[in-house]
Amino acid sequence: MTYQRPNFRHPEAPVNTLGFTRRDYEGSISTLCAGCGHDSISAAIIEACFGLPVAPHRIAKLSGIGCSSKTPAYFLGRSHGFNSVHGRMPSVATGANLANQDLVYIGVSGDGDSASIGFGQFAHVVRRNLNMTYIVENNGCYGLTKGQDSATADRGSKSKKGSANPYEAIDLASVALQLGATFVARSFSGDREQLVPLIKAALSHSGFAFLDVMSPCVTFNNHEGSTKSYIHVRDHLDAAPVDFVPVRDEIRASYAEGMTTEVRMHDGSVVRLHKDSGQVYNIEDRQAALRAIAEHDEAGRTLTGLLYIDRDAPDLHKVLGTSRRPLNSLKEKDLCPGSKVLDSINAGLR
Amino acid sequence: MRAKQAINDFVVKFANVNGTGSASANSLFAKSIFRMGIPVSPRNIFPSNIQGLPTWYEVRVSHKGYLGRRGGVDLMVCVNPQSMDRDVREVEPGGYFVYDSTKPIEPRLIRDDVNYIGLPLTEICLREYTDARQRLLFKNMIYVGALSALLQIEFQVLKDLISDQFKGKEKLISPNIHALELGHQYAMKHFDCPLGLRLARGGNIAPHILGIDHILMDGNTATGLGAVYGGATVMAWYPITPSTSVAEAFERYCARMRIDPGTGQKNYAIVQAEDELSAIGMVIGAAWNGARSFTATSGPGLSLMGEFLGLAYFAEIPTVLVDVQRAGPSTGMPTRTQQSDILAAAYASHGDTKHVLLFPATPAECFSLTVQAFDLAERLQTPVIMLTDLELGMNDCMSPPLEFDDDYRFDRGKVLDAEALDKLQGRFGRYLDVDGDGIPYRTLPGAHPTKGAFTARGTSRDEYAVYTEDGEAYVRNVDRLLRKFETAKTCVPAPKIKPASRPTKTGALFFGTTASPSYEALEILEEEGYAIDTLRLRAFPFTREVEQFLNDHDTVFVIEQNRDGQMRRLLLNESNAATREKLVSVLNYDGLPITARHIAGHIRTRLGGANVTSIARKRSGSARSKA
Repeated sequence: MTYQRPNFRHPEAPVNTLGFTRRDYEGSISTLCAGCGHDSISAAIIEACFGLPVAPHRIAKLSGIGCSSKTPAYFLGRSHGFNSVHGRMPSVATGANLANQDLVYIGVSGDGDSASIGFGQFAHVVRRNLNMTYIVENNGCYGLTKGQDSATADRGSKSKKGSANPYEAIDLASVALQLGATFVARSFSGDREQLVPLIKAALSHSGFAFLDVMSPCVTFNNHEGSTKSYIHVRDHLDAAPVDFVPVRDEIRASYAEGMTTEVRMHDGSVVRLHKDSGQVYNIEDRQAALRAIAEHDEAGRTLTGLLYIDRDAPDLHKVLGTSRRPLNSLKEKDLCPGSKVLDSINAGLR
Repeated sequence: MRAKQAINDFVVKFANVNGTGSASANSLFAKSIFRMGIPVSPRNIFPSNIQGLPTWYEVRVSHKGYLGRRGGVDLMVCVNPQSMDRDVREVEPGGYFVYDSTKPIEPRLIRDDVNYIGLPLTEICLREYTDARQRLLFKNMIYVGALSALLQIEFQVLKDLISDQFKGKEKLISPNIHALELGHQYAMKHFDCPLGLRLARGGNIAPHILGIDHILMDGNTATGLGAVYGGATVMAWYPITPSTSVAEAFERYCARMRIDPGTGQKNYAIVQAEDELSAIGMVIGAAWNGARSFTATSGPGLSLMGEFLGLAYFAEIPTVLVDVQRAGPSTGMPTRTQQSDILAAAYASHGDTKHVLLFPATPAECFSLTVQAFDLAERLQTPVIMLTDLELGMNDCMSPPLEFDDDYRFDRGKVLDAEALDKLQGRFGRYLDVDGDGIPYRTLPGAHPTKGAFTARGTSRDEYAVYTEDGEAYVRNVDRLLRKFETAKTCVPAPKIKPASRPTKTGALFFGTTASPSYEALEILEEEGYAIDTLRLRAFPFTREVEQFLNDHDTVFVIEQNRDGQMRRLLLNESNAATREKLVSVLNYDGLPITARHIAGHIRTRLGGANVTSIARKRSGSARSKA
């Protein structure tokens, strides 16, 4: 079931620069398990879209199948949504984006949806640099079917039934980097301070922005021996804090000189990275990002933050050379060559 | 020995090795006959291979305008030693066998009821050309030149075609014409030209053929062009024979006709997807977002697209899919034709699903039905699958010209824009049956700041697109989908019905590429005194005309190209007037197009003279006994 929120609006609720209140970005009440990491991510998406801001109806939210893919019902109730089939959200998002490049596309997927059944589509949407924000809510297990290991479960991590996963894990952030993703970030559902600015930065990126968000499954994967439990993730996190400064805001120097790196996005907004957390490589260096992920991994740690960005790569529309006018707005006169042209085609076939 | 005599009425077959450039020479042969105003239907019978295997090209010439396969070969041009044994066997008694006589023909290949015509093709090439590639390519032009003498093709027509073909590469014109002349001269010098089989402009050509300014075009090209005129802006596809050339044609025409004159940008997007699942996913995503979009595939791709087709059916998203059928099951015979995806397409996906199907029979109809497919998909908010096949899709077919009405406007169906949403009273219900026709109203993403948003989903939902597991809401929804399918019966193209010359209780029903040989077979049978009404089906669900036709006849032959009589089964499933006793299958499923002889033979045997008027039976009885 989906529960609707009451329509009551607080008369003095703060509005963003577009005149929307925070409530305008909310969805129906979540039916996920109490304490699910996914709900924190939904809240972060709401916060990021409200704060950026983006008008809710200019966002399209898409998902596949699984617990994560149910979440678009729980945020952005004024946006059109598409809950598609298992592992196939990338293709639906690709078609949607081709039809209208003027909207903002948020795809929500899970580790089963992206690393197993949809691994192929994930790989190819990365390659095409589709302009979208792609969030994987990664909990290392299949929640809706009651806790089977997924392909992102670490080798040796124990399932709720006690058996250790014998297979190598797929690290989606590394895969995305290897396939040419132009924005790769990792975060933790419990680290809202980091997650919200990362989502804002992802939404501002023109190209494929990938966020791998560790999001513990409180019901099936939150026990001792699991490497995706809240306690394990918190204890093994190397978080690189991120700030997002929207276009309009003046940059306030709240950090010590020399302790931050600024990345200016194409829309003029700025992402600020804090060097005091061990993220010392150049985030525009793909190989350095891959090395950093691997080094942390070898040390049993997980690096979070903005891991890589390429601000200049052309997105799919630029590659294809499509019209700046949304394709779904074109009319007969733009699209039908007419009977005279057809007559000449006929003549050429005689 | 008897030598076949016929003017503008015979079958020529070429036996070649694939990858040797024979295709363009053979199509030059066919096109020259077409340019002489004589009905011709060429077909490529090719292997799933790039180089070195036997390949055939069969050209039927028919003054009556019969374009289906007749069956049998009157003149075989064999330039492939690998297949010579079977090629000789295929020639009809009194027919001709043209071969490369550089080496003497083996005695075991000599039949005493066949006329042999030796052309020293290799010898001429060795003498004329030093380059190995030229020797290979011009060999083909030499036999076409020889045929122009043997069959009386107007040489000027060949020369004009060569000039057209090599426009922009003028250097190539004279060597090609020279090769044609070499063959022509050799034949003139060594044989009595023309043969008993020959071509003649005008003459005996049926008047109804002369009245139409025909074109020669393959169905896939017409389909791709139809998608341009139908307003498709997003195309996603995955390469698969025999549908690939739909995407290629769409791209070629878009590159010519869909470039924004002001900006030079493309008013279309084409993506070669990673697989068929992704291709149909992109189509659905684009359609959900308001762009006309489509994909083209063949059997294996249709299977892969099944899950997504169920989603598009249930989430009610306009989706256009072209299935150029080939011989299944599984990989089957990828370069052979069949009509064997009928049931798989009609009921693609799990659960209770049904899809609208269209069955074009000519390139002109591939064009017009593709345009219509987009209207139907958007009007009905559901997948529309156009089923063609390799025979129609990949072969040049003589067709009436393509037609387009400049007053045509897209039928975008029930879409509420910002203005309509502003006026909307009460809550927007994406799946509310406001008009009672089962078709709800939809909105496009981004349309309105506060109204009309909903989540499209493959899960059960109520009238307001809210997820529900309530059984009653589920039943209301799937029953409405059925009501919508009833509405579809009033929108899809009606069948073409052709009554026999006298009242009859016997009918024949066919569709797509089965139509042409069926009409021919029934004309043969009519001359023998049989009376059979015909119905050419153009769509599923079945319209009331189909029901009426089934009601009006005691026996209906359902002619189709698959093993299981799939259209017959679909009729039994979906039509109230169909019964097992009434519907009689006439089938062909060897991967080659069904022939008129096969159809006529089958129906004749089944009717056993029961339907024949007595005078006609006597007359035709003697005529048929010779055949």
